[in-house]
Amino acid sequence: MDKAKTKKQYNSNTILLFITIALFIVLYAGGCVAYGSKGFTHFQTFLNILITNAGLICVTCGMTCVMLTGGIDISVGALIAMDCMLLAVGMKNGMGAVPMIIIILLIGAVFGIFQGFLVGYLEIQPFIVSMAGMFFCRGMTAVICTDQVSITQEISPTFYAWANAKIVLPFGGYTNNKGKYMAPYVRPAVIVALLVLVVIFILLRYTKFGRSLYAVGGSEQSAAMMGLNVKMIKMKAYMLSSFLCSIGGICYCLNTMAGSVSQATGLEMDAISSAVIGGTLLTGGVGNVIGSFFGVLINGTISSIVKTNGKLASSWPNILTAMLLFIFIVIQSIFAAIRERKKA
Amino acid sequence: MENNVVLRARGISMTFPGVKALDNVQLTLRKGEIHALMGENGAGKSTLIKCLTGINDFEAGEIHIDGINGTIKNHSTRDAQNVGISTVYQEVNLCPNLSVAENLFIGREPLTKLHTIDRKSYNSRSQKIMDELGISVDVTQNLENYSLAIQQMVAIARAVDMECKVLILDEPTSSLDDEEVEKLFKLMRKLKEKGVGILFVTHFLEQVYAVCDRITVLRNGTFVGEYPISELPRVKLVAAMMGKYLNDLESIHKENKDFTNAPMEISAKGLSHTGTVKPFDLDIHKGEVVGVAGLLGSGRSELARAIYGADKANTGTLEVDGKPVKINQPIDAMNKGMGMLPDDRKAEGIIADLSVRENIILALQAKRGMFKLLSRAKQEEIADRYIDLVQIKTASRETLIKQLSGGNQQKVILARWLATDPDFLILDEPTRGIDIGTKSEIQKLIIKLAGEGKSVLFISSEIEEMLRTSNRMIIMRDGEKVGELDRELSQEGVMHAIAGGEG
Ligand SMILES: Nc1ncnc2c1ncn2[C@@H]1O[C@H](COP(=O)(O)OP(=O)(O)OP(=O)(O)O)[C@@H](O)[C@H]1O
Ligand SMILES: [Mg+2]
Repeated sequence: MDKAKTKKQYNSNTILLFITIALFIVLYAGGCVAYGSKGFTHFQTFLNILITNAGLICVTCGMTCVMLTGGIDISVGALIAMDCMLLAVGMKNGMGAVPMIIIILLIGAVFGIFQGFLVGYLEIQPFIVSMAGMFFCRGMTAVICTDQVSITQEISPTFYAWANAKIVLPFGGYTNNKGKYMAPYVRPAVIVALLVLVVIFILLRYTKFGRSLYAVGGSEQSAAMMGLNVKMIKMKAYMLSSFLCSIGGICYCLNTMAGSVSQATGLEMDAISSAVIGGTLLTGGVGNVIGSFFGVLINGTISSIVKTNGKLASSWPNILTAMLLFIFIVIQSIFAAIRERKKA
Repeated sequence: MENNVVLRARGISMTFPGVKALDNVQLTLRKGEIHALMGENGAGKSTLIKCLTGINDFEAGEIHIDGINGTIKNHSTRDAQNVGISTVYQEVNLCPNLSVAENLFIGREPLTKLHTIDRKSYNSRSQKIMDELGISVDVTQNLENYSLAIQQMVAIARAVDMECKVLILDEPTSSLDDEEVEKLFKLMRKLKEKGVGILFVTHFLEQVYAVCDRITVLRNGTFVGEYPISELPRVKLVAAMMGKYLNDLESIHKENKDFTNAPMEISAKGLSHTGTVKPFDLDIHKGEVVGVAGLLGSGRSELARAIYGADKANTGTLEVDGKPVKINQPIDAMNKGMGMLPDDRKAEGIIADLSVRENIILALQAKRGMFKLLSRAKQEEIADRYIDLVQIKTASRETLIKQLSGGNQQKVILARWLATDPDFLILDEPTRGIDIGTKSEIQKLIIKLAGEGKSVLFISSEIEEMLRTSNRMIIMRDGEKVGELDRELSQEGVMHAIAGGEG
């Protein structure tokens, strides 16, 4: 006695995604209206958000994968600090940029496999595992070097060139008040981040592994009973997170051009909050990287607005993010309630 | 191995901490037969199945499967699938957050040339599978949007769609309606013709006699015997399962009382909940048992939920004990002396990591409020009383509920609601998954409660058991109360009314 559904229904997750995107547009449009005179309307402002957050985009993609399984990875901020420090110190000691990057990616993958092994095979709480990972990476960063190490042109001309390369876009420029044409540009890190985004989007939507992440998050027991290798899937998720985090670390380093112990503190929370604002549930099984991407953009827009204003204290982004998170969690639970209601 | 045997297990023994769940059990499954695995709750049926499929690690015994030399030992459902054993477990094991189609294909998705998932192909194949089963669902919708019965059918469809030599169905019919059961049987017969060996567990004896060729009986973890169906009539089967003779059909007698002058317990006028149940009137007298009949999805449960405040009523009024009451949520109903055993026990009932005792006193504690804790001694006393009353087979009252067999978990939830000692008790499928012996005990219990002046609203897909206990029956169709039957309740009468004849 079930009613055939004739009308195409959007499920509530799709609606949540639309809300996230709409929120970004509203926020951004608000910024344009309020600070249009200060250049907020320029396309470059948007591109700057991407440039500043390239690393965070990569990290959030990985975080989303882990959160889909119902887990969490709070080691990412510290791992980035370690990556940056290794890059800086390694290149200072004469290593080339490319070998260093390969080393860092390898370290990321191995570190992820280790964390994933503890979570998947030894069934230790992800929070505990990645907290230990966090302490380890921060500690290691300090062991490598306690001072701030800058990456200058002398240390690595290649890396320096990448950091300063401008990829000029053929559209969206403006003429400044001195009459000079300002072409919009992005940095190489942005290209990397967008590639990561596309790859992870495809991975989550169109591959067996991607779908199994959702299955594990939906019900671990069921996934096992349906014949999925849950332990392996979890391990791979953490590996992916740390690996993407290392890619993000390189992007991050291209922005900061330095290694320091206190770098990227709290970045894991930015990643988690972006994912949550993007519609990823902490309980697992629901979410996607497009949402997470917009989550990052929303966070970036808030910072950008506060920066453009110039008078607000720098703690305002935190407060606004907190409010947004709150609003999102309320919206999510309303949807969950509606879904419960409809089920009957 | 003889050439018509597809699976043979011998000397299987398995111990859980403190419980010898299986002791030297054997099973022989032949090609193209439907083989019933029977036994009381906790006899070890699911445990045996999980030994076959690699979820349980048995200590002794060997398993042979057709086409493989030597013994096999599976370590996961995946291994079992690889040797051709496809299983529907007792608990529905699917992912609610994935679409119906994904639930059918996850882990074995068709791939495109680029090694990505071929969504189009599996969506259309899924739609075909479900259509062939005669179940109208939109396979691209998430599974959580559908009822338990449909989820069960999806689990079955998934198992059946895999190429398998052995199909294991552990109580697949417990949340199905007659109509779906018939669909399942048709499917099983078709597979049987193709030579698949099917192992079928159920507590509905009629179903055994409707489809099975052979029966293996377990009792308390031991093998009692294997019989062709013709040699084991119903009475003998029950005796083999219980170890004693029981005439389950005749030991129940309800009183035929006239309730017209009895005081009213519940009086609902125009109660409704948008989208699930249309406005209905319902009077229930003290001491009366009222059955609710109707097909799955006819609004049986929803009617009860509207009274109980599980779905807040949008219209209408409700009187309890002659006084108008306002019920916004279940706790209000509980404080007015109601109790309700919900039908979706997994989602709304069992708290897996609490003990049997804690699960039993849960509702009673909620009713008393957080600050009036029941003393430990009192809790133990209540737990022991109900363990005894509904015959829960458990190592101790402190055993975690998840370690109980499926049927015994059901009994714990039933005990939870009995323990609140309600004046008005709603029982939604109280005997689902419960063995034949306990089933008749529960029916007797209902009559006994009514004798004490309590009122019961009894919802069940088994019309017979309602006939045996109810004084009156109401008929639901498409979310609407379409009629009441009081005198001369009969199976045909009720069926006719459900199907749409004059109520
Ligand atoms: N995980 C577990 N830990 C401890 N004991 C268990 C566990 N699973 C089952 N048991 C015990 O093993 C025995 C057999 O249980 P099983 O689930 O096989 O029964 P069943 O025949 O399937 O019963 P039902 O008809 O109720 O499903 C029971 O006594 C049960 O308490
Ligand atoms: Mg069982």
